[in-house]
Formats: sequence, C-alpha cells, structure tokens
Amino acid sequence: MIISELKPLEELQQALSEFDKLFLVGCGACATVCKSGGEEEIFKLQEWLTEHDKDVTGSVVIDEACHIMRAARDLRHHKNAVQDADAVVVLACGSGIQSISSNIEKRVVGGLNSTFLGNVRRFGQYEEMCSLCGDCILNETAGICPVTTCAKGLLNGPCGGMEDGHCEIDPDIECAWRLIYERLQSQNRQGVFARRVPPKNWSQRRKPGRYSLRNSGRLKNGGR
Amino acid sequence: MSYLSDQLAAGKFVVTAEIAPPKGTNLAPALADVKKFEGITAVNVTDNQGANMRLSSLALAAQLQRTGTETILQLTCRDRNRMALQSDLLGAATFGIENLLLLSGDHSKFGDHPDARPVFDLDSVQLLDMTAGLMAGFDMVGQPLNGVPNFFPGAAVNPAAEPFELIFQKVSKKVDSGARFFQTQSIFDRASLERFMSAMVPLNVPVIAGVLLIRSGKMARFLNDNIPGVQVPESLLDRFDRATDPMAEGIAIARETVSWARELCHGVHLMTLGHEDKIPAILE
Repeated sequence: MIISELKPLEELQQALSEFDKLFLVGCGACATVCKSGGEEEIFKLQEWLTEHDKDVTGSVVIDEACHIMRAARDLRHHKNAVQDADAVVVLACGSGIQSISSNIEKRVVGGLNSTFLGNVRRFGQYEEMCSLCGDCILNETAGICPVTTCAKGLLNGPCGGMEDGHCEIDPDIECAWRLIYERLQSQNRQGVFARRVPPKNWSQRRKPGRYSLRNSGRLKNGGR
Repeated sequence: MSYLSDQLAAGKFVVTAEIAPPKGTNLAPALADVKKFEGITAVNVTDNQGANMRLSSLALAAQLQRTGTETILQLTCRDRNRMALQSDLLGAATFGIENLLLLSGDHSKFGDHPDARPVFDLDSVQLLDMTAGLMAGFDMVGQPLNGVPNFFPGAAVNPAAEPFELIFQKVSKKVDSGARFFQTQSIFDRASLERFMSAMVPLNVPVIAGVLLIRSGKMARFLNDNIPGVQVPESLLDRFDRATDPMAEGIAIARETVSWARELCHGVHLMTLGHEDKIPAILE
C-alpha cells in the first residue's frame, strides 16, 4: 500500500489561497486505508475549507485514483461540479494526483505527501519493507530486504554503526543485517553470506518506470 | 609501495593519526597541525567525517602528500556514486596517494546536512572490490585503464560489536575483496580485542587498533550518545568520575590501550581530536 499523509495545513492553505471554489477528490484504495484521503477525510477537508471561506462545488472518492481511465470516467460523472470549481483538490498519493491532473485542464492541488510503499503492521501502523528496486535479493536474505530495511541499503553485511544489534540512525530499529543473519542461522543456511554481493543493478530502476504485460515474462497456462 | 605498507610488511609497529580538512579553503591550519604529529607513520585524512561537510579529503591529502607527509585517504560511499568513487580514486593516484581507508560512511542524518540524499551506491566491500579492479587495470565495467593506480587499500572494523560472527563475516569479505590492513573503531576493552585478533590470525592482515583520547566523563557520555559505533564502557566512565585530573586519566587510559595494541596488534591509530601535543605522552 502507498502510505500518504496530509500536507502541513499552512502549506495547503497557501496552495489554495488564489482559489474560491473547489472540487474535492479522494481515493478509495490506499489513501482510504491510511486515513488520508477516504470519505471521512474528504468530509473533514470540506468542513475545514468551509471554515476558511471556500465553496466546495462537489466531491468524489474514486475507487483507485491511480487508475487513469477510471479516474477520467468518475470525473466525467461530476463534470458540472468540476467545471464550476476554480481548482480540484486531491487527497491521494502522487500517482493519484497525477491521474487527475492528466485528465483535466483545471488546476490540481495535491493535499497529501506520499511517503513509502508500506506494509500494514496493524491498523494505523505502517512499515516500509520494499523499495521497488527492481532487482530483488530476498531469496538470499531470508525474506528480509536490506535494500530497504538497512538505512544505507548495504548488501554485504552490517555497517560499523550497528550497536547491540540496532541501527545507528534509530536505536529503536533492529539492524536489518542482524535480522537476516539470525533468520538464516535458524534456517541452517548461509544464504547471502556465501558470496560477496556485487554492486546493485540500478538500471532496473531507471525512471520513469514503464511496464507492459505484452512484453513481460510470465508462466504459461499449465505451468510450462 | 607506500611507506605504511613497507613498515607493516617489515613487522614495524606503526602509528597513524588523523586530520580533518577545514570547513572552507584555508588549508594553513591543517598543514601546520600535521607538523605537530611526532613519530607518526601516516596520517588519515577524513572524508566529511561524521557526515559534516568539509573540504574534500582528496584535496587535503594531495597537499599533504606533496609536502612529504604520508597520508591515508579516507573515502566513503555516502557522498559519491560508483562513477565518482572511481574518478576520485584515479585522481588520488595521480597525486601519489597510495594508502586508502575505504568506508561505508556515517549516515547523513548525523551531520550538518541531514536533508542530503545519502548515496550508498556501493558498500565498503564493493568499494574494495572496485579498487582491486582499478589496480588490476580495469574499471567496474571491465574497460581497460590508460595508466593503472597503485594502492594500499585498508578497511575499518569495530572489533567489539556484537554479534561477533556477523561482524567477522564482513571482515572476511573485506579481506577477500583486497583489504590489506584494518584500522579499528576505538578500543576500550582488552577481551574483545583479543577475541578479534585471534579470529584474524588465519587471515594474516595487519590490524591498527583505534585509540581515542577521551578528555572527560562528559566527552565519553557525549560519544556514547552521538557517535555511531563508539561505546565507552561503564568502568571507564567511573574512572573519569573519580579522577581529579580527567585529561591525565584519559591519557593514562589511552596509554593502556596502546600497550594492549603493542602486544596484540600491528599498530595504533590515535584519535586525539585537537590534542596532538599529547601524542608523545600516549606513546610513552
């Protein structure tokens, strides 16, 4: 899930200062789950905007704001309200915001900062475990990603800053390499420690990413 | 080969110290300070130490090398990608710099530019591997070099860190990747140094033990709270608290560590942080 959080209100207020009438867009997927852009947050935003003397012409929570075509369709259903507004405020991740901005001519104001791809520990608690590097090493590291969970993304073991098995940048965080080492030991295997891991292939993560199912490697039906 | 490598090869007990480049372009104080180092085999030139932005370690090391000081150029992966690291190493070679201390580097979070994007395109093992490649005449993608550098690459280790086996597997990797000497994090405990040195025997790579001059209990506690990988034990904190002259106590503690190193290691690396005048007393 993409974790996102509301921008500082002063920043948002500044970004909206030149507009009087606003249309609001939320997202039914990630932003709803991390309570930054669901029905409830859109409602609260509407109240806050009204308090600040803005008119809200309408609102919609799109099922998945990152889905460009679906976002276009949902916005068409609210064509008049969008047309009446000076700008559209979007409570969705950066992907969602750009789905909207690529679909309409109106000025779009993003209300959230997108922070990371998060696992849900429990409701309201999210942890980054994968950074979408495009060159996955998890099979050798006992299913713990050092690229993401080591603060330096080291590939050949812990840095000199590890203290009592914890990370130098935050003593509350366990050293990823200690965790990898312990889990590999419990599995009776050497895993990543059996070799010197060469420098990472960052060309796999060249921006902007593009992917098409048409050209991808997939298992064929029947597993062949 | 470098003077440092010759001394180590000859079984001489080496003494290294360190100097930090200035924040700014005024090299005069650093060039004057280095003259105060007495009986030193080589001087480490730190690279944005503690993630604080300074003049480049390469520039100061080049100046020192030119004026006849044997340097150990520190190079971290924090601020440069693999291309910049290779470029800087080739550049270093043209200034006659041979000794290297190749490090991952403290996280940017600790320094004066906490908003900077940390690079860590390579880790210290990969940096050592790449250096070995340059010495063999090839860059990281296998292209031949026109003019091949000659280095004496070193690496860092914290011998007291736990779990020891985890630390040591990285030490082994560093040796496999061409580390020819180690400089350690500050040593405060003889037992952990002994454990480390016995594990090092089969690897047959010289170890230069880190000795930090602590001036007071307050400084020790500051180090514990703020410097990654430095943990001054309670027993030493007690000694500082009881001491009437904390600086003298600090020198005494450093001298004891030097005596362990004379017994167990191949040299000492003195970190005196502006009190270079105390070096003779520490080495007594």
